[in-house]
Amino acid sequence: MNYLNETIDSLNDKLKKGELDAKQLAKDTAENIKKTDEKINAFITVDEDAKVAEDLNFDNKLAGVPIAIKDNIITEGLKTTAASHILYNFEPVYESTVVAKLKAAQATIIGKTNMDEFAMGSSTETSYFGDTKNPWNLNKVPGGSSGGSAAAVASGEVVAALGSDTGGSIRQPASFNGIFGIKPTYGRVSRWGLIAFASSLDQIGVMSKRVKDSAEVLNVIAGADDRDATVSEKEVPDYTAFLGKDVKGLRVAVPKEYMSDAVEAGVKKAVQAKIDLLKENGAIINEVSLPHTKYVVPTYYIIASSEASANLERYDGIRYGFRAEDAKNLEEVFVKSRSEGFGDEVKRRIMLGSFALSAGAYDKFFLQAAKVRTLICQDFAKVFEDNDVIVGPVSTETAFDLNSEISDPIKMYNNDILTISANMAGIPAASVPAGLSETTGMPVGFQIMGNRFDEGHVFQVADFIERSNKFYEQKPAGLED
Amino acid sequence: MEKVTNDTIKHVAKLAKLEFSDEELTKFTPQMGKILEMAEELQAVNTDGVEETVQVVDRDTVFRDDVPEKWQTRDEMMKNVPDKSNGFVKVPVIIDKDDDQ
Repeated sequence: MNYLNETIDSLNDKLKKGELDAKQLAKDTAENIKKTDEKINAFITVDEDAKVAEDLNFDNKLAGVPIAIKDNIITEGLKTTAASHILYNFEPVYESTVVAKLKAAQATIIGKTNMDEFAMGSSTETSYFGDTKNPWNLNKVPGGSSGGSAAAVASGEVVAALGSDTGGSIRQPASFNGIFGIKPTYGRVSRWGLIAFASSLDQIGVMSKRVKDSAEVLNVIAGADDRDATVSEKEVPDYTAFLGKDVKGLRVAVPKEYMSDAVEAGVKKAVQAKIDLLKENGAIINEVSLPHTKYVVPTYYIIASSEASANLERYDGIRYGFRAEDAKNLEEVFVKSRSEGFGDEVKRRIMLGSFALSAGAYDKFFLQAAKVRTLICQDFAKVFEDNDVIVGPVSTETAFDLNSEISDPIKMYNNDILTISANMAGIPAASVPAGLSETTGMPVGFQIMGNRFDEGHVFQVADFIERSNKFYEQKPAGLED
Repeated sequence: MEKVTNDTIKHVAKLAKLEFSDEELTKFTPQMGKILEMAEELQAVNTDGVEETVQVVDRDTVFRDDVPEKWQTRDEMMKNVPDKSNGFVKVPVIIDKDDDQ
């Protein structure tokens, strides 16, 4: 079963009418994933015996629909590795809240997708389980860190997948793969069972070819959770209610820092065309400034790495995961298990974080970054006083070549310059396909950011653009024989 | 900013319970140096009187009823332990074997 021409609604319809059988669908989905993955390696684990819910009730839109889960989200009884050697054999004994909610809605969990190790990376090349290829061009990266989820959706292996976004990890791969991806407001979706990277920035979200499919999945996974006190108790609206609208009178901010010369020409042109489209349809376009944009990369890397260095202390080789074999004493178990179990990028982040939090460096690095974060949040608050959404590119470029940036951390970090701020401010942000770049022929993502808990406007604009260009009709070129 | 040396890295590695071979350090130390140079850019921002932001949650301290629930069994909790014996987690001696004559 391939999903390139399917939506959750079309599947729901076929399942309801008996044209598809949910158990057979799970089998056919797993089979197609294995075949497609020979080319793209989007999955770490495919569950060939994926359990289909009993007594399917097709009022649940997701009933019997196979969904893929990023491998940093805990799945009870199904191996969960965060793409790290240190968790290479970890089999969770409890369920993450998002997966519990998907199962309660009778979705089928079909497998776990590849990612950068512990979600640290922008290309899925830091995975312990090999890199994932971009379905549009197998020599290109799928982006990251949710590169497996993005490639799985773009290639039609699944209709939708969960990802996580700490600094752009849903939006940038969505952009690179020509699909939709949304990072909801911080506190909209429970993080219980999400393997922690940077707890004040991490947020689970959805990736799908079609905007409506992400709205359907977000309807299921959003909402308060006794196990995560950072989740808001605000009521969850029906996100599909924001679709099918026009953009007349909508106040759209375009930050001049997001349309600078640093943005590659093909990306800029495709994004500008969508801004023009909004304007032609009655939206009010306001050029604005987010003056601290040039500081977001260092701010992010200090804050995220500091939080990561604390969160990753738990990997000690004692209770789960990889333990080094030749340790003579307890201290060596810790040091050798961690040094052999973590990859280079994870070590860099732990080291940067440990340094930024260490005596003598804390005020200068961590505290200063936390103060700059306040200024970044204030930039956004000011713009949202007079605007409904902020738009621009997701990334300064389209998908880059495999192995072209992995040895240059600074270059890789700068990939995130246009996505990081949404995590800093905790606001919702999405990527919707703008088209193919005239210069590279690869997909370009159009970013839409909303005010806190205003996913509605983000969905409204994304859906409007999707209806205008019907990008979903284009098939990824890399998979053609 | 002081130059990042192998000794800086070794000191931080000790705090983070990591170790690097001399060969790894030849690559790692200059990389960390460049990353910290980038971090240094933040010193240019005037943050006088600015409060720090460490979370963006819309709730204050959250309480819930303290109700016991069945959670994990001993077997489940032991399931992923790499080395175990008779229901206990096995670890090497705490003090160095060489000191334990």
